[in-house]
Amino acid sequence: MGTNPLVFAFQLLVTLIAAAFLVVPAVTSILAGVTVNYFQGVRSGLTLDWVAQVWGLYAPTIFRSIALALGTLAVTLLIGVPAAWALVRKPGRLTRLVEEIVTLPVAIPGLALALALILAYGGIRAFRASDAFILVGHVLYTLPFMLRAVMAVLAAVDVRTLEEGAASLGASPWQRFIQVVVPAARPGILAGSLMVVTLSIGEFNLTWMLHTPLTPTLPVGLADSYASMRLEIASAYTLVFFLMIVPLLLAIQFAGRDRRATDRKARP
Amino acid sequence: MMTSSSTSRGAAIRLARCAKTFADGTRALEPLDLSIEAGETLVLLGPSGCGKTTTLRIIAGLEAPDAGGTVTFDGVDVTRLPIEKRHVGMVFQSYALFPNMSVVENVAYGLRVRGIAKAERLRSAAEVLEMMRIAPLAARRIDQLSGGQRQRVALARALAVRPRAILLDEPLTALDAALREHLRTEIDALLRSLAITAIYVTHDQAEALALGDRIVVMRQGAIAQIGTPREVYFQPADAFVAGFVGTTNRLDGSRRDGRFETAAGAIAHAGADSAKTALAFRPESARICRPEEAPLRFTVTQVHFLGPRQRVVLTAGDTRIIVEAGPQEPLFVGDVVGLILDPSCLVPI
Repeated sequence: MGTNPLVFAFQLLVTLIAAAFLVVPAVTSILAGVTVNYFQGVRSGLTLDWVAQVWGLYAPTIFRSIALALGTLAVTLLIGVPAAWALVRKPGRLTRLVEEIVTLPVAIPGLALALALILAYGGIRAFRASDAFILVGHVLYTLPFMLRAVMAVLAAVDVRTLEEGAASLGASPWQRFIQVVVPAARPGILAGSLMVVTLSIGEFNLTWMLHTPLTPTLPVGLADSYASMRLEIASAYTLVFFLMIVPLLLAIQFAGRDRRATDRKARP
Repeated sequence: MMTSSSTSRGAAIRLARCAKTFADGTRALEPLDLSIEAGETLVLLGPSGCGKTTTLRIIAGLEAPDAGGTVTFDGVDVTRLPIEKRHVGMVFQSYALFPNMSVVENVAYGLRVRGIAKAERLRSAAEVLEMMRIAPLAARRIDQLSGGQRQRVALARALAVRPRAILLDEPLTALDAALREHLRTEIDALLRSLAITAIYVTHDQAEALALGDRIVVMRQGAIAQIGTPREVYFQPADAFVAGFVGTTNRLDGSRRDGRFETAAGAIAHAGADSAKTALAFRPESARICRPEEAPLRFTVTQVHFLGPRQRVVLTAGDTRIIVEAGPQEPLFVGDVVGLILDPSCLVPI
């Protein structure tokens, strides 16, 4: 197939721009994290000291962030999947209203949402001081992403008829949900889970207001290290961030992998 | 064994005063009485929006009739039972097969929710697959099947739980014409050998005539006629039924002294009801002959050669009728022909 040189030039340009803004900054930042002295450049030598320092200073913060992300995922799954099922089953004006209300936290600035939470529930000291306070904010913010991802898939597979089929075979509502609706929603659940975990781990807006000095998260710690420490430490922090989140995302991808796709490959 | 059963395993189903009004106030079904005998195949036939699917869903338990309506299976009131407790098999137009399960898992699903041990339910499912002649597909995933194969799996899945009645909602509509006719014959043989109560919804009159022990023709939420395929075809209750089932010719005219006078000529017809000013007849009830042999004369305006027969359009004044002729008869546009009508097949409408 002959390639139009103009098209090729355009493709090359897009690729180079993507590399310049996506790959180069990431590599630079990671490199800065393992450089002895950033202002002298890589010539000053490579070291893992900064990474070790970050780990020493921020390990609990990192674990808190991961726990928060997984907690947020658990809550959004428990609420989001049944809610998506209910909304798809009975489409109407009321369900559309519910959908809009649930989506609202995405449109409102995180700071405003956090302020509202603090005004309403900040007085309950034990709650305000705990990780659960941040969890509530993260769930509010990420729930619509789970809800929409699952709803889109359920609507596409015509889950109502699938469910009627299961019911005609004698399945109770609970059996229908576990054995038919959830497996049918699997691609949506996977997509939603990836969204929720990445959004929760990277969330700064809300968390900046909701955290206490005793409950910082990864991005809050990152801001702290940028503001108050050597550039190398902040960069090493970014490296640690990468090392934490990439395996986590891969694990979710693997856990939710579509069995059908692999079977199709094996088909004669 | 399922295949050797000859006695009826189905329930007798009775609907009494079943009406359905939806939440938005739409009246889908006028109060309706219907009884279906055990082992009978009943076809609900009508255009879209006539209430046939609503009737089926009320029988299934997917919709509740308005207050006052009752559904009974073998004399037991099941009006308040949800579908999962009614023990019916259902086949959908969209198949509704579970995409996360293989063919055999789909077929065994009804046995799985009943708590039957895995080995036993897989064996039962394999038997049903054998009966439907799709045993080689057992391990396939649903997205690896053709439309016809999917519908066979859907039928196998519904039959695997040995339901009291099988309910089919336009099961062949999504398939192409040749496959539709093939599967129709297969379903007919299957329902007859199982002697199961079957309720079959369709808008296709050919399907209804071929499959039904009785046909219920529905129109605007009410029953227009109930009868055997022959009754519905040869003695349609009204112009709607006549027009919906098969091709119908309408001969307008007026009665005088025991004769019926039309634009094509007058024929002897002793109709009691002089209010009805038209006669309806099927294409095959008429025979083309030489003009001097019959009192009715028409001009040939179109001839379609269909292979085993010719379809001929005849006109006389404003009257336009369709009749059939043998493949060898020399008929040409512009010819004047005579028409002999079988008096026993004329229906005043």
